[in-house]
Amino acid sequence: MKQEFQIIANLVEKNTKILDVGCGDGTLMEFLKNNKEINIRGIELSKNKVQKCIGKGLTVIEGDAEKDLGQFPDGSFDFVILSQTLQAFLNPEKVISELLRVGKKAIVTIPNFGYWKVRLHLLIKGTMPITRTLPDEWYNTPNLHMCTIKDFFNFCKDRKINLYKSIALQNLKSSKITNTNIGLKNLTAVLGIFLLEK
Amino acid sequence: MNKNVNIKNLIIEKPLKLDCGQTINDFPLAYETYGALNEKKDNAILIFHALTGDQFVSGINPITKKDGWWSYAVGAGKAIDTDKYFVICANVIGGCMGSFGPSNTNSKTNKIYGTNFPVITINDMVNAQYNLLDFFKIEKLFAVTGGSMGGMQVLQFVSNFPNKVKVAIPIACTSSHSAQNIAFNELGRQSIMADANWTGGDYSNQNKNPDKGLSVARMAAHITYLSKNGLQEKFGRKLQERDYLKFSFDADFQIESYLRHQGSVFVDRFDANSYLYITRAMDYFDLIKEYGGNLSKAFAKTKTKFLVISFTSDWLYPTSENKEIVIALNAIGADVGFVEIESDKGHDSFLLNIPEFLDTLKDYINTSYLKN
Repeated sequence: MKQEFQIIANLVEKNTKILDVGCGDGTLMEFLKNNKEINIRGIELSKNKVQKCIGKGLTVIEGDAEKDLGQFPDGSFDFVILSQTLQAFLNPEKVISELLRVGKKAIVTIPNFGYWKVRLHLLIKGTMPITRTLPDEWYNTPNLHMCTIKDFFNFCKDRKINLYKSIALQNLKSSKITNTNIGLKNLTAVLGIFLLEK
Repeated sequence: MNKNVNIKNLIIEKPLKLDCGQTINDFPLAYETYGALNEKKDNAILIFHALTGDQFVSGINPITKKDGWWSYAVGAGKAIDTDKYFVICANVIGGCMGSFGPSNTNSKTNKIYGTNFPVITINDMVNAQYNLLDFFKIEKLFAVTGGSMGGMQVLQFVSNFPNKVKVAIPIACTSSHSAQNIAFNELGRQSIMADANWTGGDYSNQNKNPDKGLSVARMAAHITYLSKNGLQEKFGRKLQERDYLKFSFDADFQIESYLRHQGSVFVDRFDANSYLYITRAMDYFDLIKEYGGNLSKAFAKTKTKFLVISFTSDWLYPTSENKEIVIALNAIGADVGFVEIESDKGHDSFLLNIPEFLDTLKDYINTSYLKN
């Protein structure tokens, strides 16, 4: 998702140290590296994807973010990125607190379960929604904890996690999420992008 | 095994103080090179061999007439491409392929050293090999790599010489030899020493050789290099050139015959005392203790980039021990990548034709070199 990557690239500052959690085959890492002078590392669960990253010359370790972030000291990175992966963890709450321990700031992107098409799918068809950002069937989805961007917005508020920037992405358009428009954005956004700090 | 035909020898004049306290000088270090050192001298890769390896990493080994021990990984167009890189590999001191070892003759007594040879360590091995950089006038190695004991040498080399390596690739190894590994090594040593022909290590002076003991040591060790599934798949309960059990202690099963063969070919190329000395060096290896219980300190001064590789079915140097190296490096923000390769071939995987492993190694080396 080019648009998401571009927004993330705009959020990170140059000459910083960044960790991409669940970096996949390294597409985002490469995109960021090509767009900004940064020092970026990755952690990824899939062997096959780790091999691809290493082959591209990216610094990636094979590991499970839920267990293996512990090896990084506090504040090791200026930014920690979690792109569309939070919902796949057993314990997202713990992952968020680890992200904010290891990173001075965290960038979290969330596929929005509150998007109107998703809501309509469930309302009209009565089956679990399948969209571009949620492509799997209920029985084989890696997503364990689906949430809406409003859920995540409230989650951060409740925990006094500072939301520096909240951005709603709707196809090619991006817009700011605020306290007053969150209800509407939760209906129109496909993806939420959040920059947070403890 | 000591026919010095086709063996390149560097005589190291400079005194080397060993960990045991003795100092050695004017000793031979046997080495081999592949490919060519470029003008900038920035394409040199130093490969460290494992327990029973030698300097003949690729091509045909002139002594055994068999393929070099890492022929799958090293050669023209291979993962470590000798068309691009200048590969150096030396026989470790304590070894028996031309480097200073227990089968050498002590010039003072005119007798073969045997167990009068000083006990050496992984640290001693890499300090001896460091002389190769001076010899080839290489300011900084592009890469150091090796599996098993070779991987231990990689770790020790980078910690001893933090500014001399750009890329380090320790494979299937550990930073501290485990009790289980010491136990298996001790089994091998006791097997050699239980052979009456070992004669307290003096066998060469008496024209004897502890073939039986060395061969059993190799058989036992060989099992630890494989995995249960790998063995089951390759041999199962298949019988060796017979249809029925013979009700005897012949090699009824293929696995027995295979192990006996491994043992018997090994004694033709390896010195029993070298086996004692090198396994001892492995057992003494404890980089964690050397740095006061904090492995990160071993790498605190280096900017070397690391890639750690382990194999799923390796129970001798398991992923957990390889990961400890990764964790120590991450704790100090070092540039470290890590991947565990899926394989049922056990510890031996690093020596075999495993495409996922060789492709990863190749791509990593080539992309790292481009970024120079």
